[in-house]
Amino acid sequence: MLDGNAIAGTLSAAFGGDMTLVVSTCGGCGARGPLAETAVYLRGPGLVVRCRSCDSVLVVVVERDGRYCVDIRGVAELRGSPTMPTVP
Amino acid sequence: MNWSIATVVDVLAETDRTVSIVLGVPGWPGHRAGQHVDVRLTAEDGYQAQRSYSIASAPDDDALVLTVERLDDGEVSSYLAGELRAADELELRGPIGGYFVWDGSFGGPLMLIGGGSGIVPLRAMLRHRVAAAGAVPVRLLYSARTLAEVIYKDELLAAAQEPGVDVRFALTREQPDGWDGYDRRVDRDLIADAAWAPADRPLVYVCGPTAFVEVAADALVSLGHEPGRIRTERFGPTGR
Repeated sequence: MLDGNAIAGTLSAAFGGDMTLVVSTCGGCGARGPLAETAVYLRGPGLVVRCRSCDSVLVVVVERDGRYCVDIRGVAELRGSPTMPTVP
Repeated sequence: MNWSIATVVDVLAETDRTVSIVLGVPGWPGHRAGQHVDVRLTAEDGYQAQRSYSIASAPDDDALVLTVERLDDGEVSSYLAGELRAADELELRGPIGGYFVWDGSFGGPLMLIGGGSGIVPLRAMLRHRVAAAGAVPVRLLYSARTLAEVIYKDELLAAAQEPGVDVRFALTREQPDGWDGYDRRVDRDLIADAAWAPADRPLVYVCGPTAFVEVAADALVSLGHEPGRIRTERFGPTGR
């Protein structure tokens, strides 16, 4: 199991900016935290993001031929917006 | 964010299981300490596999460096840390990630807690702190099974001689004769001993295998550290 840091690239490609600081609220238990802290599983046809508190599926992302299909039915709320990469 | 082609400049053995890959990336925009890149491999039959790797070099360094640990079942890592040679090419995108990042302007004190190859992004932060010769006090607690598995050992020992830099090792499986570091796993008591007090309000970065990170993060919170000043990153196999 990894965490949301490991899928920053895919989420960035799908959403148009860095999502690791965006705060998600779990639709199952209401737990809230940055996407970087979610539990991530990669050994499937797509990547699966689960709530660290209750294990509910929050997000599923499948990529095919450079297109992303993003299922966020498990998320009650996403707060914050993608940030573009910054260099000091 | 698009994929670009990186050229391998050099492959340096770090330990028996880890290598540092020095890359040349045309147009590389620079990165922040703690960020990643995604690496994508494509087989002759078109099968692709991609993984995220922490950047081991500091923003101040000339070249981009990834340090990769060879996992027994790692279809990407076994190639990167086994077969890759200078002049080979890799597909890469990045830099990525804004969460597990330390900029000099964030201040400190800076507490870095790493387990195994979780040292990699922390090394970038430590190098950044040393290169910038900033005044931020930094303390590294690094857990490995044996001294031979300590990545960047000589560099970390040299960094420990810099003013304001404190490096501590915990060797969990085997210690050399006369070892005066920690000789057990990182737990609440060890963190209480090694970390700054919560009253010092350190900024804490924890990186390692999932179980290691959970133990360290729970210990930090139970000791009274502010959850908002603790950032974590978990390494591990890609499945369950």
